[in-house]
Amino acid sequence: MAIVSDPPKQSFRLSQLLYDTRYRSMTIQVVVLMLFMAMAAWLIDNTITNLAARGKDFNFSFLGIRAGYDIGQRLVAYDSDSTHARALLVGLLNTLLVAFLGCIVATVIGVFVGVLRLSKNWLVARLMTLYVEIFRNVPVLLWILIIYAVFTEAAPLPNAFREGGTASMILFDSVAITNRYTAVPDPLFSRSLGNIDIGIFLISSDLLAIIAAVVAGWYASRLVLRRATAVQFATGLRPVTWWKTLALLTLPGVLTLWALGFHLGYPSLRGFNFAGGINVSNSFMALWLALSLYTGAFIAEIVRAGVLAISHGQTEAAHALGLRPGRTMSLVILPQALRVIIPPLISQFLNLTKNSSLAIATGYLDLRGTLGGITLNQTGRELETVLLMMLIYLVLSLLISGAMNIYNASVKLKER
Amino acid sequence: MSEHRTAAYVRTEILPEMAPPVSEIGVIRWLRENLFSGPLNTLLTLAGAFVLYLLISESFPWFRNSVWFASSVGECRDIITARWGEGATGACWAIIRDRWNMFMFGFYPRELYWRPTLALGLLLFAAAPVLFSESRRIRMAVLGVMAVFLVLAFPALGVGTPATGLLLLALGAMLVLAWSRPWALLWLTGIYPGLAVWMLWGGSVWGPVLAMAGFVLGWAAFTATRSRGAIISVGAAVALALAWWFFAMGPVMQMLETYLPFAIEAVRSDKFGGFVLALTIGVAGIVLSLPMGVVLALARQSDMLLVKSLAVGFIEFIRGVPLISLLFVASLLLNYFLPPGTNFDIILRVIIMVTLFAAAYIAEVVRGGLAALPRGQYEAADSLGLDYWKAQRLIILPQALKISIPGIVSTFIGMFKDTTLVVFVGLLDPLKGITDSVRASFEWKGAYWEPYIFVGCIFFIFNFAMSRYSMYLERRLKRDHH
Repeated sequence: MAIVSDPPKQSFRLSQLLYDTRYRSMTIQVVVLMLFMAMAAWLIDNTITNLAARGKDFNFSFLGIRAGYDIGQRLVAYDSDSTHARALLVGLLNTLLVAFLGCIVATVIGVFVGVLRLSKNWLVARLMTLYVEIFRNVPVLLWILIIYAVFTEAAPLPNAFREGGTASMILFDSVAITNRYTAVPDPLFSRSLGNIDIGIFLISSDLLAIIAAVVAGWYASRLVLRRATAVQFATGLRPVTWWKTLALLTLPGVLTLWALGFHLGYPSLRGFNFAGGINVSNSFMALWLALSLYTGAFIAEIVRAGVLAISHGQTEAAHALGLRPGRTMSLVILPQALRVIIPPLISQFLNLTKNSSLAIATGYLDLRGTLGGITLNQTGRELETVLLMMLIYLVLSLLISGAMNIYNASVKLKER
Repeated sequence: MSEHRTAAYVRTEILPEMAPPVSEIGVIRWLRENLFSGPLNTLLTLAGAFVLYLLISESFPWFRNSVWFASSVGECRDIITARWGEGATGACWAIIRDRWNMFMFGFYPRELYWRPTLALGLLLFAAAPVLFSESRRIRMAVLGVMAVFLVLAFPALGVGTPATGLLLLALGAMLVLAWSRPWALLWLTGIYPGLAVWMLWGGSVWGPVLAMAGFVLGWAAFTATRSRGAIISVGAAVALALAWWFFAMGPVMQMLETYLPFAIEAVRSDKFGGFVLALTIGVAGIVLSLPMGVVLALARQSDMLLVKSLAVGFIEFIRGVPLISLLFVASLLLNYFLPPGTNFDIILRVIIMVTLFAAAYIAEVVRGGLAALPRGQYEAADSLGLDYWKAQRLIILPQALKISIPGIVSTFIGMFKDTTLVVFVGLLDPLKGITDSVRASFEWKGAYWEPYIFVGCIFFIFNFAMSRYSMYLERRLKRDHH
């Protein structure tokens, strides 16, 4: 019989730190930590030495002093007497504005093109492939520059819109594209509720009222649908809901607009320039269009891949169950395709937001243009401004990807 | 009687096949199926045709009226007016002809154009054993075209006949090698980084040679201590290489430069521009970011909490900020972070930033590949008794990287496109830097579209080729049978 006994106890040897898997990962982590801290200490030490050598310090008090420069497009009150912090806010809102509008237009383009690229129509599918390949394989900076040049070089002077001039306005005489700005109608309210001052800036109560009405309508329509499903489960018959949901989705917004006396102020040529509408700078228009078209090409590919990822058996199974094509799409295909589409879609939104910093090419004053541009040059505080700018972009990105993670967790396949 | 009814006529031979209906064959069937299969489809076709018509009718005259030989925009316009009448517009490609060198080389000294050209040509030879190792036909086609191009380009760039002859010999020898034993070209792959740096920036040969020697020393240390385990040997290799670069290299280089001086004309970084700059940054970024990205991905998947959180922090930070802000760090802040008096090359700084940027994205792509591998592969590797690095090298990474190829290549394409952003830290990229400086000249003021279209086409060709290559690679590496 074999004698079972414990192996002889060995005292701890130093070499076990490297060769024994129980201790090795600890050793590696300690070494990594030491290296990391040494590196961080080295960088910070260098920075302190360099700052001292230049007679500078590290503080953000410059944000409180007068900025002294003007910003053409501002969503909140700002003038050259405002502080640098205020300029930062204006720039940040400009970044958010172009990113938000860009995401919407890019999604519309992307879905449209992605679906058409899958169409059985040879001509249309080829045209869409052409669009996608051309836009994806050329730097976005090129598109920004080309579209900016189209606006500034090929568009007519405001003067050309006068009676008998060479240029004419588009979209039922409501929009004028000139070589300096694009004049668009201004939404006006004759029975406005005024603004709410939340301390930092004013928020239009009209906008809040419209948003509240639309959200309430949407929520009510969800309730109607849920009730319809409950009835269907109880009786087997689904009540007709389409006119109720349609009314709930549209009427509250329309009624609120009517109650507030909504109308459009159309731009018209007064003297040498357009007035009465909003004159949107071409730097914004070019950036917005270029980012939308560029990102739209990527989104088209994502949509196409998402639809292709759902195997044909799913459609056939739905048909075998007796679902009509519309229900097949909304109940079987879309929920599965969206699970594939949404994560890369959000990362395209992130890319668009980051690419909006290319506003530098058109002179649109976004976060990079104000904080990382004029403020940096005026105050000479490279370290603070660039770090702060990176921090803001980082927080934006983390917020968006955090939202994505929550969504991903909610639509993830529930495996049991 | 009724059952004995006889047929009046019975056909005894089979009828010959009739021709299918006209609507079921040839062009008409194709048109019916692909363009006019239903009302919606017909509508789409008409809309598509209308868009196509608009595009062509708007742009065709402009391309048809192209002028290739002129010395200024004004002359172009005069020629177009004379030929096509008052009010006609047309492309003035003469600007590309006239400033071709500028677009390609920036302000690189004219008599040294052969050096970047040679570096680019040799790049394909150095990459051949890695990129086109399996198909001799493709390999020989690519290398042959490049060799012919180099031999033709050299005299045109003002290189003398003896040097061209020498080049012809060397290229011939390498072509023979590529035909018979492609792996023998690996020595070129090994020395190429140093060679390319020397070709591009010039100066003493000892800088690149001694820098490359650091890798050789590291490798020697690695093999010498291999029996002591992976950690010790990797640590020894890194420590020896770093010690060489930081402490020993400088004195050795000074000594060699004094006693064995061998240098070619140096070119400063501010002379770089155009596609030489874009390709330098792009290729360096691609080559450096792939290994770094793989290491980051492994670190992010690691069981060690500290390593993992450092990797996550780094990746999320880099992915969360725009590249342009990292370029600002390279141009404005690096002076703060490095010891006083350090002032190193702006192109090198940009390459470092672009590499870090691309590496973070590649790490995420590779992480996706690692996550996509079935758990059984990891367990099988463990049950074979492979240690971590062997399992990664032999089982996990080959499969994970194969899955990640499309993502990796699209990251590379994105990075190559992003090399245009270096214009915002004062380098002359082909898209904005060179175009602006060409347009600033008196003759070519006002030529907007032609430079953009030209540069865009070149970027398109490079990127499209890369994406096709990734498809080829996917097909070549496909191992499953469905």
